[in-house]
Amino acid sequence: MEALKLAGLQREDVGSVVATGFGRRSVSFAGSIKTEISCHSTGCHYYYPEEITVIDIGGQDNKVVKLNASGRKTSFKMNRKCAAGTGAFLEEMAYKLDVPMSELEGLARKSATGTELGSFCTVFTATEVLDRIRGGEQLEDIIRGLFNSVAKRILEMDRLTGRVIISGGVVAHNPIVAEIISERAGVNVEIAPHPQEMGAFGAALYAAESQTIQHQEDNQLSVARR
Amino acid sequence: MSEKKLLRKRIEASKQLNDLMRDYFYRMDRVSKGEEEGKIAWCTSVGPAELLSAFGFQIHYPENHGAMLGSTRLAMEYIPVANAMGYSPEICSYLTSDVGSYLKGETPLSKAYPGIESVPRPDVLAYNTNQCRDVREWLEYYAKEFDVPVVGINPPHGMAEVLPGHIDDVVQQLKDLIPTLEKASGETFDIDRFRESMRLSRECSELWGDVLGLAQNVPSPWTFFDGCIHMGPAVCLRATQEPIDYYRALKEELEQRVADGVAAVEGEHLRIYWEGMPIWGKLRALSEQFSELNACVVVSTYCNSWIFSAFDETRPFESMAQAYTELFINRSEPHKQTHMERMVREYKVDGIVFHDAKTCPNNSNSRYGMPQRLEEELGIPTLVIDADLNDLRMYSEETTRTNIEAFIEQLEENK
Repeated sequence: MEALKLAGLQREDVGSVVATGFGRRSVSFAGSIKTEISCHSTGCHYYYPEEITVIDIGGQDNKVVKLNASGRKTSFKMNRKCAAGTGAFLEEMAYKLDVPMSELEGLARKSATGTELGSFCTVFTATEVLDRIRGGEQLEDIIRGLFNSVAKRILEMDRLTGRVIISGGVVAHNPIVAEIISERAGVNVEIAPHPQEMGAFGAALYAAESQTIQHQEDNQLSVARR
Repeated sequence: MSEKKLLRKRIEASKQLNDLMRDYFYRMDRVSKGEEEGKIAWCTSVGPAELLSAFGFQIHYPENHGAMLGSTRLAMEYIPVANAMGYSPEICSYLTSDVGSYLKGETPLSKAYPGIESVPRPDVLAYNTNQCRDVREWLEYYAKEFDVPVVGINPPHGMAEVLPGHIDDVVQQLKDLIPTLEKASGETFDIDRFRESMRLSRECSELWGDVLGLAQNVPSPWTFFDGCIHMGPAVCLRATQEPIDYYRALKEELEQRVADGVAAVEGEHLRIYWEGMPIWGKLRALSEQFSELNACVVVSTYCNSWIFSAFDETRPFESMAQAYTELFINRSEPHKQTHMERMVREYKVDGIVFHDAKTCPNNSNSRYGMPQRLEEELGIPTLVIDADLNDLRMYSEETTRTNIEAFIEQLEENK
């Protein structure tokens, strides 16, 4: 309802609704569902209609999806077993460091390389960070180290091939992550337009496509009737 | 959104299956309680069952019990018990569930079969490490607990080709089991009984292979998930006549489905290969999810592991050594890949799901680049699911559901 209000629309104005994300099956008014993997991919393909690798760093999961020039997925990977290296990891670390999320990017940019954190587990990383603080390391180096950790989790998921596009909430607020991935992988990594809304945009493209198909079927039906 | 009606087709032979398994467990229970003559052997699932059978042992399979603990999800109560006594959460969760249930003095058999209070007490334990080292540790633990002998075979591992030298080695190891088995059974080894066990087991195995092979039909008359349930007799009763009769009936029913064009998954649109162990506690949920997505899991290396084509009663020792040593799980990576490529073609597979089971590295075949190689060489998409056979602490419901759903979306795009 809020979205309709913001757009100045009524429910009847919306021809089709596609739900995505972890809660997709709970959207009672959706006509169909699509995974966020497909939606992020479709959204990115709209802007980059060529062979691309899509990296999505979300709140609870990371994805690396490969698309061919037609926009079809050729493979995808999601983070394994735990949510290390996702937005939730940064959120937890910001809380532990008592630094607002909005200040992480600025602080990290003051550091040249950042500290290297070895732990995979979020809780163990917090312990390691405490140890670094006690060891006298600078806050900005530690924060850049956290972003380095996110980049490492991405780079161990899959090889980056073709043009590399990154989306999701983490890079929307912390574009430095794209730069770190780019430096470490030795490839150019571009941030997609509206990275945080890319999944919703992809879902909208699916909804629009279903409308087009419906119109085509309606048209064919009327021709047949003639 | 409209709810999709699920058409889960009941296999009529299931009743016969239930009767068969019930009789098997009650018979062992009677022997264990001394109400019926006989001796009990515990055996690994691809262990020397036919040799044990030749001595007249009733055979209990701890792995089958492990699968029951997994599918009933009781494993989650028992695994921590074994962990706490020093069995790592990283080792086989069949082992940890089974040992945990033993320590708690409980078994799912009690609920399924009233009157059965525990698994049958062993007179001897026999393992084959063709699958993994864990089975040996597992049975050696029980040997101490029950103060009974444990014997085993340690065949060579990871072969591209099984050579005569390998067979000679395993044959000798099999023959070395005989004195202990004679003592434990109180019977003298009889080569003709052994030949008969091998003949029955081969016949059972061939029929099991036939029913699995029916899934090559499009649409498939049954699924991997059905197979996981119906494989019970092929594992537990394979050196006897009963499973032969049972699989004949099942085969007939499934052949009729094929003739009538009856699909196990209504509107079958995609055909999937399941590589690795089942996720026992989620078998039903996964079966339903694939069904909802019009995808039929038609083939697995898991169910196919109980097809022992090499069994030959005229060469019982040599052919048993051959069959149990040439198993998929015991082979080199290139051999496994060739096998999978053949299955992909024969079963007309659209995509492969690899189950990377946390506690079963030996039966997780995604760890050395196999998915990537199959994608490159066959152009077939693959998905790796991180989970476990029994330990649901390693299973993330929503992540797995999303992975499968996204995989099906990917396959649909390319169909």
